[in-house]
Amino acid sequence: MSVAASWYLTLAAVLFTIGAVGLLVRRNVLVMFMCIELMLNAANLTFVTFARELNDLGGQVAVFFVLVVAAAEVVVGLGIIVSIFRRRPGATADDANMLKG
Amino acid sequence: MPFAALVASATIPDTLTFALAAVITVVGALGVVFSAHPVHSALMLVMTLFGIAVLFVEEDAQFLAAVQVIVYAGAIVVLFLFVIMLLGVDRQEVVFADQVRGQRVVAAFLGLCVLVEVLLLGTGHWTTGAHSVQGKLEGAGSNVSVLGKALFTTYLLPFEVTSALLVVAIVAAVVLARRADGTGGGLPELGTAPERDAAPKLGAGEDEERGAAEQRGTGEERRAEDEAVTPR
Repeated sequence: MSVAASWYLTLAAVLFTIGAVGLLVRRNVLVMFMCIELMLNAANLTFVTFARELNDLGGQVAVFFVLVVAAAEVVVGLGIIVSIFRRRPGATADDANMLKG
Repeated sequence: MPFAALVASATIPDTLTFALAAVITVVGALGVVFSAHPVHSALMLVMTLFGIAVLFVEEDAQFLAAVQVIVYAGAIVVLFLFVIMLLGVDRQEVVFADQVRGQRVVAAFLGLCVLVEVLLLGTGHWTTGAHSVQGKLEGAGSNVSVLGKALFTTYLLPFEVTSALLVVAIVAAVVLARRADGTGGGLPELGTAPERDAAPKLGAGEDEERGAAEQRGTGEERRAEDEAVTPR
């Protein structure tokens, strides 16, 4: 018998919070992207935990699809970052303010 | 629930594995946020992903653990590192440059709010508690075969849609990585050679063809070719 599910859920909550704070605090676009990956992983951990807890297939299938979507998202996001950096080298999230009102 | 009751239900190796993996995961996550160097952040992300893979194994999700290592640590982080190296974002930054006044304080407060809220949600009974709604996870064969059967029967349509999603992502990446004038990829820093020479790099055969043509051609032909090229 493995560790109780609430420990996993607590860990996932902590991981999600670290990712969210990182997203708010950091200004480097790449690091912000990595923080999004942290939050996705926290959600995955919750899915797997409930899949085990309820003996349900759906949780693990959901994680599978999250992984696919994360891969696609990273490809498109990094493409956008590359095209931004091509126009202005050394851009942070604060420098991309052309749509600023 | 008291601490002893939570731990009592688990065996000692399980508890130790969970504790170790949890520490690795959290330390890696903190490293992602607090590293001044993007490359260090990416490597710390690998550490977190491996910790989560261990937790997946601990929760009997062997297939997802393998996929986690292969896709995340093997592909996504390598893509991150590739972009970091390609863009030359190798300088350090001040981690907490306060661009907006009081941003750190607000971020910490909001983070605390998120943590408290999620933990409060975790104490309630938000799930229906219905077991095996989508099918049994255990007892029907190994983890891989159970997931595989589900993916190719119940979840066949979403599975096919993900393939379309991946194709769209590939096309989007190619479109985004091209230059606006459509002459192909390559970054300005890397493209020190004239654009005319940089363009045909995709097809190695074209260079050979042009070389052979120049050898064959007379001076007039070459001049005519140059004139044809210069207006660009």
